[in-house]
Amino acid sequence: MMLRLPLWILGALLLAGIVHLSTVLAMPNAATQDAYSRLAQLTPINAVVPLPPPSAQDATMPFMDPAFAVAVCRYDLSSGAIKLSAPLSQAYTSVTFYTRNSVAYYAINDRAAGRRAIELDLMTPEQHAQVPEEEDVTAADRLIIESPTRRGLIVLRALAPEPGLMFIARRAVASAQCRIEPLPGQ
Amino acid sequence: MRLFFSALLTLLLAAAVGLGATWLTLTRGVAFGALTIGAWTAWPKSGSIDIDPYARAIIARTGELPVGAGDGVAFYAHTDDIRNPLDGRCTYLISGITPAARYWTLTLYDPHGRLVANTLDRHGFSSAEIVREANGRFTVNVGPRARAGNWLPSGGVEQFVLVWRLYDTPIGVAQLTTKEGPMPAVARKSCS
Repeated sequence: MMLRLPLWILGALLLAGIVHLSTVLAMPNAATQDAYSRLAQLTPINAVVPLPPPSAQDATMPFMDPAFAVAVCRYDLSSGAIKLSAPLSQAYTSVTFYTRNSVAYYAINDRAAGRRAIELDLMTPEQHAQVPEEEDVTAADRLIIESPTRRGLIVLRALAPEPGLMFIARRAVASAQCRIEPLPGQ
Repeated sequence: MRLFFSALLTLLLAAAVGLGATWLTLTRGVAFGALTIGAWTAWPKSGSIDIDPYARAIIARTGELPVGAGDGVAFYAHTDDIRNPLDGRCTYLISGITPAARYWTLTLYDPHGRLVANTLDRHGFSSAEIVREANGRFTVNVGPRARAGNWLPSGGVEQFVLVWRLYDTPIGVAQLTTKEGPMPAVARKSCS
């Protein structure tokens, strides 16, 4: 009997390891207070919605940078690709793409965009494969981003270098557009 | 009967240890690929598709959105330079220079990531508004009572967190090669 005890303990530890790893891996799909779920209550699908600035009393998400004006486009690519156009504000503008589970899979800032606005197309890999090849070539300056998930978040951020300039940053992100573009044959 | 109890005990032990380990790692903030400079720690991989399962679970639980790798990198400080927890009743001096970045912001939160109420409604500084010395260095006073210069009110909360976000920076993007990048020192001055 005494010989068996270490075996039971070893078994318990192995099981504990499995429980630990599976709960960690299951967390992103089980979470009910993740960023997407929080925003699902505030934002319609496939439209740019400015978020209220974070304050000590209330914030949409924890650890938001109060120096930034933020707008969100909660997207669903089921009915087509997304065409995003975000005007640049004076100081610093960035657009970050998150999967349904808050993984930042792509981010671009105003300097990388290089023009007066950040303009790009967001689609699933399947939709990208359907884009005619010649169109891909003629529109060489058209930036195409592939979303690993059908649903996700596009977060537009514009910096207000000082609080007095916040209204400019807010105006910039609020005038961004995210439109669904039905694919040919759909 | 004995076998049954042993099995039951084993399962209970497994569940307790397994769930306990999960809870610990998710609340303590265990994630891989940490980049620590002084009091400051960043997880540059958390802003990319290479994010590890622990960091994914943590952000799913807290509901925050990490700074994307193409956007910038966020450094968190929960302690001062000598590893004492940041206390809102104490005064801290943050001084030095920062790694190269087009813009940065410094923000004070409570441990849950909420901004801390104060009479000035000031929650941080940006690189554009901070008052610098002639040589480009700066000092920020963090504490409950008003100070001249760059004062960041801590509202007297029991514990706080400082987050330094560098935007449009080569740090993190360049595979952590800029490990020696200078970050400001965090020194405790006095406590009330």
